[in-house]
Amino acid sequence: MSETRQHNTDDYIRMYKQMVRIRAFEDNANRLYLSAKMPGLTHMYSGQEAVAVGICEALTIEDKITSTHRGHGHCVAKGANFREMFCELLGKEEGYCRGKGGSMHIADQSNGNLGANAIVGGSMGIATGSALTAKRLGNGQVTVCFFGDGATAQGLWYEVMNMAALWKLPVIYACENNGYSEYTKTDEIAAGSLVARAEAFGIEAFQVDGQDVLAVNNLAQQLAERCRNGEGPFFIELNTYRYHGHHVGDINRDYYRSKDEEAEWKKLRDPITNFGKWLEDQKILSADELVALNEEIAADAEAAVTYALSAKYPEAHEVNMHVYADNSA
Amino acid sequence: MTREITFSIAVNEAIAEEMRRDPTVVLLGEDVAEAGTPFKVLSGLVEEFGTDRVIDTPISEPGFMGIAVGAAMTGLRPIVDLMFGDFLYLVMDQLCNQAAKTHYMSGGKLTVPLVLRTNMGATRRSAAQHSQSLQALVAHIPGLKVAMPSSAYEAKGLMKTAIRDNNPVVIFEDKLMYNDKAEVPEEEFLIPFGEANIKRIGQDVTFVATSSMVQVAEEAAEKLSAEGISAEIVDPRTLVPLDEGTILESVRKTSRAIVIDEGHQSYGVTAELAARISEKAFYHLDAPVIRMGAMDVPVPFSPALEDLTVPTADGLVANARKICRGELVHAA
Ligand SMILES: Cc1ncc(C[n+]2csc(CCOP(=O)(O)OP(=O)(O)O)c2C)c(N)n1
Ligand SMILES: [Mg+2]
Repeated sequence: MSETRQHNTDDYIRMYKQMVRIRAFEDNANRLYLSAKMPGLTHMYSGQEAVAVGICEALTIEDKITSTHRGHGHCVAKGANFREMFCELLGKEEGYCRGKGGSMHIADQSNGNLGANAIVGGSMGIATGSALTAKRLGNGQVTVCFFGDGATAQGLWYEVMNMAALWKLPVIYACENNGYSEYTKTDEIAAGSLVARAEAFGIEAFQVDGQDVLAVNNLAQQLAERCRNGEGPFFIELNTYRYHGHHVGDINRDYYRSKDEEAEWKKLRDPITNFGKWLEDQKILSADELVALNEEIAADAEAAVTYALSAKYPEAHEVNMHVYADNSA
Repeated sequence: MTREITFSIAVNEAIAEEMRRDPTVVLLGEDVAEAGTPFKVLSGLVEEFGTDRVIDTPISEPGFMGIAVGAAMTGLRPIVDLMFGDFLYLVMDQLCNQAAKTHYMSGGKLTVPLVLRTNMGATRRSAAQHSQSLQALVAHIPGLKVAMPSSAYEAKGLMKTAIRDNNPVVIFEDKLMYNDKAEVPEEEFLIPFGEANIKRIGQDVTFVATSSMVQVAEEAAEKLSAEGISAEIVDPRTLVPLDEGTILESVRKTSRAIVIDEGHQSYGVTAELAARISEKAFYHLDAPVIRMGAMDVPVPFSPALEDLTVPTADGLVANARKICRGELVHAA
């Protein structure tokens, strides 16, 4: 097993900042929805920040990820900017996808994000194909495929795990197990263990506390390195929790999830609060510095929202642009 | 220099030439390597290009289709071999929700240059799950291109263009034509998409025919010429993009049109082509546009029944005769 890269304080601070940025992004997105300023619905990533950040901080900008309907966290963690993200959520021309994708299809190829996906499990093939490219071109890139616990019910996953294992592809399947598939406890619809499913293909599988950014990051670093050495694929199950409803409109949800359960995760297991405390304990940042960081990020997010709200919509002539790519090959 | 080669060799040559030209081209599918597919179309490729580029997959159509989409988004040009067109239903999500929409949904930032080569065509006594012609299904989806080669010449030229195209392209090969020979240049050539071929020049009626139906149209045109009816045959070669101009120009000249395609007639390719002709050349028409597609039934096994389901030259002759004489094809 390769050695874990030593962290320096900058790495820790960046991880903290990235988690706070995701939370700030989502708080604003939720407000935009509640004040009817955002078209459509969106799925909040709040609560799961340590997963996206722990993993993406172990990747290079060239490494690829595929994301999900709950994808803002992955997008921020892989390096995206607030402005282009909010513009995309609001359907504006300056959005990452010129407003044509929206929340559920946000993609940022400049940072290696191959896109969110509105089909549950829909990107499992894409991630595996991206790893096939890396292997064929020998470019050393690693691909991480993010998906939820609900997506493990899709047959596609078993098909592509089989091929990834046969062909030793540099892909990490990262299952964010937040316990729920929409409005159903995943325990009620999933037989056996997820880890055992990956292991059945001869894939080394791990479980990690998805609320602990350092634990996630350490594991992700090791696995990314091992992927680069030709030891992939891998599977990680990250136990985590989503704070909001399935989407922003899922407000009255006692029928499938208790308020006590939600309160307990938020109180005891918040990835940002806990990592903030650790940074304080380690004397990396003071309480005041933490507050200042949070305020600075909140202000950034609000400025980006203000910008996006007044940014322009795409021109009508864009509607049939980009159906087909230009030809050059 | 031209020589006669089979449809199957034409496909093989096209793929081999493009794989030599571009190291990012890879082939994926069931039994594509040593077996060279059940139809032996790809024989010899693995010997030249190795198993890194000619990749035998498990029997996981959605899986390898999805892998091809991701590979295409990140720098390869995969050719996916889907053993039977009937298996398109298994890959619909990856093809229609992912491959077809990625470029658009990303605002033009991501591209998916892949080729899905598959087949079509009944009368092979293969029954309902190995005989369908499903081109309408994919031609309906914005973001996909659809090519329908009608001879070895088109098979080669269209395949080469498809591999170089930066979009997902679905190519339907008629599995009954693999051994048919045609003249194909020895020198390199490509057939641009969206350029119909006027296969035969005529004055009285236009046959717009795709793939295998071009042969049916040719046979019918021969018979009709003996009766003094001169038929023009237009082969669109690609359904998407469609060379509407050449079709409409022909119909404006002949004033009559019969559209022939082997997919089911209802809501199909013939419906679309007939509608376009009716909308855009209506005042040039001397007769209603006639559609000839496969019967709207699952393809039956029994030869006695199967042969009834596909358009035939005799059926086409009968319809052409009627509209050229001013008789009704369908009761008024
Ligand atoms: C193929 C498909 N089926 C159903 C849905 C509707 N749907 C959207 S998200 C979701 C739940 C997914 O659960 P999970 O994978 O655990 O992700 P989470 O929402 O918990 O992040 C469902 C059923 C969908 N988008 N795609
Ligand atoms: Mg879930």
